[in-house]
Amino acid sequence: MLETLAQAVINGLLIGGIYALVSIGVTLIFGVVKIVNFAQGEFVMIGMYLSFFLATQFAVDPVVSLVITMPVLFSVGVLIQHFLIRRVLGQNDMPQIFLTFALSLLLVNLALMLFSANYRTVHTWYSDEALHLGGLYIPLAKLFAFALAMVLSAALWAFLHTTDLGKAMRAAAQNREVAQLMGINPNRVFCVALGVALALAGAAGSLLMPFYPAYPLVGQVFVLMAFVAVVLGTLGNILGALVASLMMGVAESLGIQFIGADSGLIVVFLMLLLTLALRPSGLAGGRAR
Amino acid sequence: MLLELSQVSASYGSVPALGNVSITVGEGEAVGLLGANGAGKSTTLRAISGLVRLTSGTITFDGAKLAALPPHKITELGIAHVPEGRQVFPEMSVQENLEIGSYAPRAKAERARSLALVYAIFPRLAERRGQLAGTMSGGEQQMLAVGRGLMLKPRLLMLDEPSLGLAPVMTDVTFEKIQEIHKLGTAILLVEQNVSRALTLVERAYVLESGRVIMQGQSAELAGNKDVQTAYLGI
Repeated sequence: MLETLAQAVINGLLIGGIYALVSIGVTLIFGVVKIVNFAQGEFVMIGMYLSFFLATQFAVDPVVSLVITMPVLFSVGVLIQHFLIRRVLGQNDMPQIFLTFALSLLLVNLALMLFSANYRTVHTWYSDEALHLGGLYIPLAKLFAFALAMVLSAALWAFLHTTDLGKAMRAAAQNREVAQLMGINPNRVFCVALGVALALAGAAGSLLMPFYPAYPLVGQVFVLMAFVAVVLGTLGNILGALVASLMMGVAESLGIQFIGADSGLIVVFLMLLLTLALRPSGLAGGRAR
Repeated sequence: MLLELSQVSASYGSVPALGNVSITVGEGEAVGLLGANGAGKSTTLRAISGLVRLTSGTITFDGAKLAALPPHKITELGIAHVPEGRQVFPEMSVQENLEIGSYAPRAKAERARSLALVYAIFPRLAERRGQLAGTMSGGEQQMLAVGRGLMLKPRLLMLDEPSLGLAPVMTDVTFEKIQEIHKLGTAILLVEQNVSRALTLVERAYVLESGRVIMQGQSAELAGNKDVQTAYLGI
């Protein structure tokens, strides 16, 4: 019993690392640019397909292909901010919501047209390998994904707290107008926020590829979890999103283990409803960051 | 002239906020912008900073036209704007707030020296350098807001109601510090409702009412003026 519990917690934490990469991106964009990116999951999907093609065409290991997917998606993020989001900022919420929602639909349907709805998988040497610790079973691919997700989250934290550009992003998140008075160009900071957030989504895609199939709608699985984590962890709060993502991974896994295979999302959404009823501003409460 | 506003008008939507405002600030001069709440004092500063667009008129700083520039470019020219209500970055430490004050390229190279200067002027900020700005008292936040402005190594320091919400003793301290900064050679444009206090600091002042300059002159002259005395000094 105890071992089953420990195994379920481990499974949850491992997948929670991936949720964290997606939710940190959503919360970063919300915190800095003040828009909700409904298309975040689709960038995970693009990261997966990129890794899939690098693996099948050029024999690049999916985890190694991070070094390609992250810069590519960073550039995509900068372009999306500069040419699309910038035009709807300062208007009311509707154009902003519809912009990212339309982007999501467009990307899903483009993927359907280009790649068909078939599942694409990549088999690596570690896809079926696992560590056995006592009675516990830790799949290598998920362990790599979790470890790199934590490294990337820590790197983002360091960037935001030690570099001038990172501090400028936090300043813009806390007070956009006064940030401009400090000499900060808001569009530049927003471009970097979108770039970093999409790079993290791309990383999530690459890290998923050794143990998860790519298909056009795959992003929806992760974006749903990401939005719950972002709300649970207090909108705009990166550490909150990280912790909430891990908690949700564990809650989902415990639900699957002890209630039934289809109960994972039910447990997660119960957590969301309870949080919204009892602590509407999220577990971290109060102000964002 | 360091700063020159010529016939500046601005509006919020269809509501006119400034009408043909002309003011100047010389190199190293301390100038007051006085008047009641809603007279257009803050709007004037916001127009200089580029946060409010002009409907007509021109603003030049050291000969360069500001009207077409976005706020961050105007800051880079050396105009520091300490906004009304302090508006420090609450979730950043005191030191981070100061560092971000020197984000502009012109100030970045001098960051260490500026930091030492700010900590020398405001020893309290040095004691609290690791504290989150949002957890400090109003007076301390005002010191931080002024210190953050100084980090730009500004040629013109614009202060919007630095005494707002402060206890009289904190107001005295704040004004002493501003005086100290002015003596270092920085030009000051001071917006204040506390007219009598402001007139002890600035050399010259403009009085605004309903978005227009209704009076201007040397501080001593204004302090002795009957209309100013009855309207703003409660004499």
